[in-house]
Amino acid sequence: MSLKKLISTKTMAALAVILTAFASTSAFAQEAAAVATAKPVDMGPIYKSTLFYVLLFLLLCLFIAIVGKAMKVYELTRESEGKSEGINWDLVNGIIFIVFLLVGLYGVYWEYTVHGNMILPDAASEHGKKIDEMFNITLIITTIVFIATHIVLFGFAYLYRHQKDKKAYYYPHNNVLERIWTVIPAFVLTILVLMGFITWRSIFYKIEDPNHKPLSIEVTSSQFQWDVRYPGADGIVGLKNYKLITAINALGIDFNDKHNLDDQVADEIVLPVNKPVRFILTSKDVIHSFYLPHFRVQLNTVPGMTSYFEFTPTITTDEMKAKTNDPNFKYLLLCAKICGTNHFNMQKPVRVVSQKEYDEWVVKQATYLTNDLRKTFKLPLLADPAAKPAAADTTAKDTTAKTNQLALKK
Amino acid sequence: MSTISLQDTHHHDNHDDHGHEHHQDTFLTKYVFSQDHKMIAKQFLITGIIMAVIAMGLSILFRLQLAWPDKSFPILETFLGKWAAGGRIRPDFYLALVTIHGTIMVFFVLTAGLSGTFSNLLIPLQVGARDMASPFLNMLSYWFFFTACVIMMGSFFIQTGPASAGWTVYPPLSAVPKAIPGSGLGMTMWLISMVLFVASSLMGGINYVSTILNMRTKGMDLWKMPLTIWAFFLTAVLGILSFPVLVAGVVLLVFDRSFGTSFYLSDIVIGTQILPNEGGSPILWQHLFWFLGHPEVYIVIMPAMGISSEIISVNSRKPIFGYHAMIYSLIGITILSFIVWGHHMFVTGMNPLLGGVFMITTLIIAVPSAVKTFNWLATLWRGNIRFTPGMLFAIGMVSFFISGGLTGIWLGNAALDINLHDTYFVVAHFHLVMGSAAIFGMLAGVYHWFPRMFGRLMDKKLGYLHFWITFTCAYLVFFPLHFLGLDGVPRRYYAFTEFEFMQKWLTVNVLVTWSAIIAGLAQVAFLFNFFYSIFKGKKSTQNPWGANTLEWTAPVERLHGNWPGEIPTVYRWPYDYSKPGAEEDFIPQTIPFSQTMSSNLPHDFEGNTEAEKIQADWEFNNKPAKDTE
Repeated sequence: MSLKKLISTKTMAALAVILTAFASTSAFAQEAAAVATAKPVDMGPIYKSTLFYVLLFLLLCLFIAIVGKAMKVYELTRESEGKSEGINWDLVNGIIFIVFLLVGLYGVYWEYTVHGNMILPDAASEHGKKIDEMFNITLIITTIVFIATHIVLFGFAYLYRHQKDKKAYYYPHNNVLERIWTVIPAFVLTILVLMGFITWRSIFYKIEDPNHKPLSIEVTSSQFQWDVRYPGADGIVGLKNYKLITAINALGIDFNDKHNLDDQVADEIVLPVNKPVRFILTSKDVIHSFYLPHFRVQLNTVPGMTSYFEFTPTITTDEMKAKTNDPNFKYLLLCAKICGTNHFNMQKPVRVVSQKEYDEWVVKQATYLTNDLRKTFKLPLLADPAAKPAAADTTAKDTTAKTNQLALKK
Repeated sequence: MSTISLQDTHHHDNHDDHGHEHHQDTFLTKYVFSQDHKMIAKQFLITGIIMAVIAMGLSILFRLQLAWPDKSFPILETFLGKWAAGGRIRPDFYLALVTIHGTIMVFFVLTAGLSGTFSNLLIPLQVGARDMASPFLNMLSYWFFFTACVIMMGSFFIQTGPASAGWTVYPPLSAVPKAIPGSGLGMTMWLISMVLFVASSLMGGINYVSTILNMRTKGMDLWKMPLTIWAFFLTAVLGILSFPVLVAGVVLLVFDRSFGTSFYLSDIVIGTQILPNEGGSPILWQHLFWFLGHPEVYIVIMPAMGISSEIISVNSRKPIFGYHAMIYSLIGITILSFIVWGHHMFVTGMNPLLGGVFMITTLIIAVPSAVKTFNWLATLWRGNIRFTPGMLFAIGMVSFFISGGLTGIWLGNAALDINLHDTYFVVAHFHLVMGSAAIFGMLAGVYHWFPRMFGRLMDKKLGYLHFWITFTCAYLVFFPLHFLGLDGVPRRYYAFTEFEFMQKWLTVNVLVTWSAIIAGLAQVAFLFNFFYSIFKGKKSTQNPWGANTLEWTAPVERLHGNWPGEIPTVYRWPYDYSKPGAEEDFIPQTIPFSQTMSSNLPHDFEGNTEAEKIQADWEFNNKPAKDTE
């Protein structure tokens, strides 16, 4: 039969092509290997392994081509015998849709249970709990819609696949139906919008409680590090100006502002549990993003603009270790906005501790003000640079805090 | 010179004004500087395919890095030289790969490749016009696009490498060359390329709008246009209104970079070097960029929606369900898409009040999208679905649109976005809803209108293979990525090696990369099928799918001027499939109601009392005849 001949010639041709390809590439490989002998790296095996994969792929193509030809032969013989067309592709595709649906549903179940268990633990902050609630509601609603619409989509694809003696049902519109599926999503979305709006406002519009002032911490981002500044005994993070930045004054702190005198530098972010903390976020060079995933906190740090995020951590690191059953658990600060080459490694450890531990830790932190800086700002030098300003008594701290809060607001 | 002979045999009175059909075509005027919309469509398509292959290759490169961060691939050094020294991709080059992958896919493939191809091909053919309103502008549109592509690719061949500040090129990262090597000459080339691209897209858009509004054939009123045309029309309107804003933004960025202005820059210190810029705001760029950027995602998805609607209707052999609702939802999406851009900026530190407002508008836009989805499902219901490869891709498009659209409800919610912003959740979301869905719409269109472009059919079995592998692998790639995002893994990370909590995702990354590679290889089936069928494919008949729209009434030979004689007149809407009482299961738009008396419905006459009376008379006269039979 001529068909058979056709196949054999085509196959032969394909084989010939592969062989020539093999020959020429291997020739290249050898040449390359010859060149490579001069270099320290021997590229020979590498080209060979690349060639191996290329050949494997070509072999696969050949296999597919042969299967395709076989199908064609089958269809043509069916046709010549006067029977109906060979393979009923509408049925085949319909069945694959059903298989895809079933496997896909299992896959989604598997993803939700296996990968779903690998995601962030419950929020470790007050507002984070509200976000998690919203998360759960949205997850449930969207999952229901996702599963239902896909059952319908793939189910219809199978049920209403082409059949010879069938005619489709002429059904151009139904206003009632269309109204229903406009109004229901609109209704559900209104609920989600309202909840989201209320949650969003509760996160960003804080009512200041004078008896429960948040702890202010300033974080400055730069390529590729976070600088953390604690307010010191006065509870106020002082002014800074980017024009004052020098090698020794990396943040451009203006030490003519007396609030800066006691500001402390810290290698890590340590937060007292259940106490509101207000992060003052600034950037030195490009945009970064201050991202504390466990606390559901993220805000960009933008050069030339100060932004604020206030939240209350509720779970200490130790509690979280127990909760997640992970002795190595750490809270983290990451950068979430592309910022340059080392974007992928811009981190800072975060620790949430009890108030007592915090108080002990914070007094041990060094001040920003060093003797070198004292010289530049013409401030009296300290005899012992290691000496730290003792923690002022709490009453004094509170009064200065209040007045300076006002100053800051101006 | 088949065109001329055909002209002569079908000589009608009113084609004399088309004298241009008689000039001699040289290779240069026919294939290169062609002014024929069909050839320009093919130019856009093939350029788009080449760019898509390149962008896909780039994505496989960075996927290799993510899956095997500590493994060396010396073969990469052979091709990439210093950027993959020692067989490992450098971090700055990784960012360049991500940036150029995004730029090419969003602008060159899914905007120009999709809109450019199908708007050019289908607008004149489906509204019944000889060509575009301005064929010359149309040609310029392609060549500006081509130049933009060349310049963008050219940035791979310069010392400092291509732009690498992400496809959104946020300043200051993109404005200060010291911040990242890619922000040197590479970024300048990116900006020039973008300006040319926008010029191309505007010339195209103006042409599409004027052709649709002014050059429709007799009888083709707006409410008789196929949904494809509605989608292309609204897409072009969106583009015309939003792209100029990007140019404005780009020009200001060029000024900041090259002439020392401070539109986007203020208070910047690189190392200890204080930059002189003062008073600008990086947030301004984000507003300008996303004022285009958000309509842009609808510029990408709306043509795919139109194409899928048409293909689903044709191959279900059913009218599209809720034709008017489909159009109103497109219009709704068009309008709303201008007031949602702020949802990209919830956590930039802009006033939280704005965040609340943008959340409301964003979630409203989900309503028309939901209507469209349900209408597609209703179109499939009780259809007689033929699984052509085009139909499979259209169904795949609906599936991706649902999967990706639903996660949009999460991200559009400002409160949830706090923790999901700039994580892999976002990556998964937009790759499904605008990446995969739009590319599936495009592939559906290629399979469906291939006979219209080349007069031949693509092989359907290879099409099936292509669809099922791509469909499965796309889900395998993007579905698991949601969970990385839910674990707080930020996007655009070169490696997951520096964070202990990310180690657990390395195996997932291997799965994702393998799926991406297999999906990439599956495209070989498409590429082979496409190029082989251009020359050797099975010859197509004039109307291979039994479709109603006008393009299938033009001869297979693809004349310059589209129809040999008079342009056909349109009498009905394009979705009369399986109409009860009709002999065949489709009635082309060119068949008048007088020839289909047995299938006419009262609704068809739109209140024309005279026509209704004629129909009533006919029914009265034919009833007894039917009974006696």
